[in-house]
Amino acid sequence: MSLVRVDALHKSFGNNEVLKGIDLSIEAGEVVSIIGRSGSGKSTLLRCLNQLESHDSGVIEINGRTLDATTMTPARLSEEVGMVFQNFNLFPHKTVGENVMLAPMVVRGERERDAARRARKELERVGLAEKFDAWPEQLSGGQQQRVAIARALALSPRVLLCDEITSALDPELVGDVLRVLEQLASEGMTLILVTHEMGFARDVGNRVVFMHQGRIHEQGDAKTLLSEPQTPELQQFISAVL
Amino acid sequence: MTLDFSTLLPYTDELVMGLLVTVMITVAATLLGIAAACALVWFKLNGATPLRVMIQTYIELLRNTPFIVQLFFIFFGLPALGVTLAAWQAALIAMTLNLAAYSTEILRAGVEAIPRGQFEAARVLGLSRRQTWRHVVLVPAMRNIYPALTNQCIIVMLGSAVISQISVNDLTWVANFIASRNFRNFEAYLVVTLIYLALAVGMRQLFRLAGWYWLGGRQGRAL
Repeated sequence: MSLVRVDALHKSFGNNEVLKGIDLSIEAGEVVSIIGRSGSGKSTLLRCLNQLESHDSGVIEINGRTLDATTMTPARLSEEVGMVFQNFNLFPHKTVGENVMLAPMVVRGERERDAARRARKELERVGLAEKFDAWPEQLSGGQQQRVAIARALALSPRVLLCDEITSALDPELVGDVLRVLEQLASEGMTLILVTHEMGFARDVGNRVVFMHQGRIHEQGDAKTLLSEPQTPELQQFISAVL
Repeated sequence: MTLDFSTLLPYTDELVMGLLVTVMITVAATLLGIAAACALVWFKLNGATPLRVMIQTYIELLRNTPFIVQLFFIFFGLPALGVTLAAWQAALIAMTLNLAAYSTEILRAGVEAIPRGQFEAARVLGLSRRQTWRHVVLVPAMRNIYPALTNQCIIVMLGSAVISQISVNDLTWVANFIASRNFRNFEAYLVVTLIYLALAVGMRQLFRLAGWYWLGGRQGRAL
């Protein structure tokens, strides 16, 4: 059974149909990169997967459970799906440690001591154990983004959604974040990324999904697809970004 | 004209009592008003439509009428409906309602200035709306508008001079009392003016300290 299954997904903003019938299955442990032009619907697709946008029609199943605002509370959904944003979105009035501990304590009711131990472990995983008591504003963008990853991991989600998480970073900081993702992938974490990092998609990803005008235009094995694109649209896109 | 501040000495006790009344009623109205505003903003932004309309009506009513009329209505008007209040009760209610109305609008601006990404981050971490409000929204929102909120509380403290009109024995009432006894208007009102000035300055420092403690002093932030 697929970990994530999307069937005939439709989504419109007003008269603008952004997703025109998306079918997608993702297995546990897969690293899937969603690429495509701005406006092709890739971020909307990602945001539908954790209900930051509600879909108009179609079915989304995560781990065999149908996503539906009435049955899936944010707390329940957070057990399945974690998310990291382009702009980090750390809570500025909480220390790095408190950022990571907040949801385990508030949502899961963990004791502070347990949450702190877990937070230290996750921060170590992203290489920032020594920043536990630092404030977000004292960190570089790359460090903030790694804290955001640790914060998501502290809830042990089955799948991690990454929405252009290196796009707001200075070029020299991108590598640190990608290394963390690569390590997660090697540990068997299921990753779905909207990304412009073609090198990462090719080297670390299992699969690339190319979106064009609200549909999945082409998808397949990462290395094959990026070296031998079949459709003219993907050929054009790849030559434009490389 | 000769100034003689020693003429006020026999009234020291009255002045101290007046000061205490002004301070106590201000502290109570400030705490109640801000607490009410926090609740009202929540319902204004999350409540059902009829509730939101009611809250907005309340805010507009309080913000667009004179404080002294609100006070008179509560103290002199409500007994007609069978609600009879002591003067200090009426004053406390009027000041609290007034502060809550203004603070709700101030706080709303603070909440609306919080980036949408903060709400989204809280949501994908599984926080309910109430948990998001408590843990993610409230402190940054307060931080955004803290200077404006401080000013509003000081305005209410200074505005409390008006409650002497319904015979609450506050600082202004004491000034009137002294002046009517010894006809030393200049001395009485000058001293009371200086006490109000000291109260306002002290209150601002107190807010600064409280803000430092609760809203980000740990972070070494200026507020």
